[in-house]
Amino acid sequence: MSEMIEAPAIADEAGASVQMNMIQAINSAMDVMMARDADVVVMGEDVGYFGGVFRATAGLQKKFGKTRVFDTPITECGIIGVAVGMGAYGLRPVPEIQFADYIYPALDQLVSEAARLRYRSAGEFTAPITVRSPFGGGIFGGQTHSQSPEGIFTHVSGIKTVIPATPYDAKGLLIAAIEDNDPVLFFEPKRIYNGPFDGQWDGPAKSWAGHKAAQVPEGYYRIPLGKASIVREGGDVTILAYGTMVHVALAVVEAAGVDAEVIDLRTLVPLDIETIEASVKKTGRCMIVHEATRTAGFGAELSALVQERCFHHLEAPIERVTGFDTPYPHSLEWAYFPGPVRIGMALKKIMKD
Amino acid sequence: MTGDTHANRPKLTLHVPEPKFRPGDKADFSDVEVPPAGAARRPEHGDAAASFHELAYGMVRVLDDAGRAVGPWAPRLSPDRLRQMLRYMVTLRAFDERMFRAQRQGKTSFYMKATGEEAVAVAATMALQRDDMTFPSYRQQGILIARDWSLVDMMNQIYSNRGDRLQGKQLPIMYSTKEGAFFSISGNLATQYPQAVGWAMASAAKGDSRIAAVWCGEGSTAEGDFHSACTFASVYRAPVILNVVNNQWAISSFSGFAGAEATTFAARAVGYGIAGLRIDGNDALAVYAATEWAAERARTNQGPTLIEHFTYRAEGHSTSDDPSQYRSADEASEWPLGDPVRRLRDHLIAIGEWDDERHKAQDLEIAEMVKKAQKEAEANGILGHGLHQPLDTLFEGVFEEMPWHLREQQAQMLAEEAESGRPWARKEGGR
Repeated sequence: MSEMIEAPAIADEAGASVQMNMIQAINSAMDVMMARDADVVVMGEDVGYFGGVFRATAGLQKKFGKTRVFDTPITECGIIGVAVGMGAYGLRPVPEIQFADYIYPALDQLVSEAARLRYRSAGEFTAPITVRSPFGGGIFGGQTHSQSPEGIFTHVSGIKTVIPATPYDAKGLLIAAIEDNDPVLFFEPKRIYNGPFDGQWDGPAKSWAGHKAAQVPEGYYRIPLGKASIVREGGDVTILAYGTMVHVALAVVEAAGVDAEVIDLRTLVPLDIETIEASVKKTGRCMIVHEATRTAGFGAELSALVQERCFHHLEAPIERVTGFDTPYPHSLEWAYFPGPVRIGMALKKIMKD
Repeated sequence: MTGDTHANRPKLTLHVPEPKFRPGDKADFSDVEVPPAGAARRPEHGDAAASFHELAYGMVRVLDDAGRAVGPWAPRLSPDRLRQMLRYMVTLRAFDERMFRAQRQGKTSFYMKATGEEAVAVAATMALQRDDMTFPSYRQQGILIARDWSLVDMMNQIYSNRGDRLQGKQLPIMYSTKEGAFFSISGNLATQYPQAVGWAMASAAKGDSRIAAVWCGEGSTAEGDFHSACTFASVYRAPVILNVVNNQWAISSFSGFAGAEATTFAARAVGYGIAGLRIDGNDALAVYAATEWAAERARTNQGPTLIEHFTYRAEGHSTSDDPSQYRSADEASEWPLGDPVRRLRDHLIAIGEWDDERHKAQDLEIAEMVKKAQKEAEANGILGHGLHQPLDTLFEGVFEEMPWHLREQQAQMLAEEAESGRPWARKEGGR
């Protein structure tokens, strides 16, 4: 894997770096923010004493107490509705939705309430909440533990959508999300919680050990929302990806020996259009990779934006590599997943055109 | 249709509720159980919810037919407070009349009256502290009136004019004011329920002393949000008052479609282990007493109370509704619990603190006051007479800071205005 090129983080109290996986980095972000701001509260199913099914909140209740880190009833509608009310009071809630697949009962509270509260009250009431939720496939989770619903939320005005791809980014972005005064959906690619993934599902599992972006400061730093990261510089084709697919795309590019520029979007809304536009104008080709289903997915928006802004620079049609428009399968997961073969075929096609 | 091959089994039938009266029918509410005023017992604030379940099925009433306040729930309010309560209720009714007419005159797009339900919001608000947080549905404008909120300010919102604190961004009557401790009305039903519980939980977690109160209609209790909220409220013993305004009708659907044929709405509390009270919602003193009791429970960490206000929506759902299409015209006049304004007036007269002349004089005085407020609000513009907010405010407040894609769209909109060859918005007023 090539060098990670870090966008400058805002860091004056970052402290020494230690190795962390993505779960540890997310835990550290909440730990740091809870210590800095007494209004930050963490809530969700199993997040308290147990520390979360993925251990993202481990130790927080013991450290900060039950009124700041607490388990909730199993009602996503209630979790988000209560978080909106707490936000209106003046708290800064960080609710967890255990799997993004379970977020739909909360849709009305997110779309009609959290996202519109600032607008409809002309700024008097806001919803400074950060909804954390593990998303994406690659773990044999079947249809209820694998979905990528980000496109549903990027379609909604008034809500930000953030997706990290490394431990370093996860912590810096989560801190920025918690500090943000608008509602933020923070989707965590659970396939890469414990290590980067090259798309070879039957290959050996990698850990974050030794990865540059797994060196995470123990203290406070933030990565501004709306700034993409160029994780590999290249001149022949621009690949736009986020979450797990950043790593899969990087591996494919290296194996194919293509001089691709790989951009980790990090934030879908607001989008870093400048970085995208500059890159595509430089390379003349654009490929978009996401796990989510294809039709009306976020890739469609990216494709439209690139076409609108870079049409005269394009040397080939924009390629979209996505999941198929089926429910997320179980046994046929790796036939569904936009892995190295699908990405490789698209790469060949776009380089030939 | 699917055929059933088991002809020897009894056939199933589907029950679809039907209200008792439709247009043209004579309404007869003689089967509505109205217990005598003063009969319901009043538990201590600290009593366990399970020890007074019968109050979720009966009806707390204070004002009797002779206008006397009787029984253990009778609040000991001074004549001045009672007159103030009546004044707020009369003001609310006059405000509704005026704004309904304004809508009919084409001065705004939409209005919703609270006629017949004046006691529910006004008396409850008077039993709360001024800084207790309220999460209303769309028919609790009485909260603002009982908090002495400016009528002109409310009307500015209704007209979406340049004095509108919400910058014309919300449908008329969807008020919002942080200073008034009045949460932004959504319009999506019952979403405010878990929000109120969350606010109350935050207040408790912070060791604050303020409580929350929330209102929804009986129809909205079918929403998942209602049940999520009751679960949260019960689990964390949130200091919140959960009000269900059972006004019998959800647009054209009678309360049977929310479950009223099977049980009361206060009885929802029983399953959640929450204190439940079913009260005469047209009895301002019962509303006051129940709210005061529930507030005391909340303030002393005894948890939430669910109050069903048994009342009647005397007018249409909104200006877009015509109730003569689906219910008997004389339901309102036949309603066994009477008119809340008249009942409170009669009480004041019965205790020798009011009379017909003063009431009539007050009616006139308040009508004049509302008219004056309307004139003042209309000086800020009415809906349809041009745009009263600068065009670019359309994009403000989506996020705290405007991202590039909204800036681009804002620029496009301004280009459209230029292209049209005439200004779309009045430039006066400013931001």
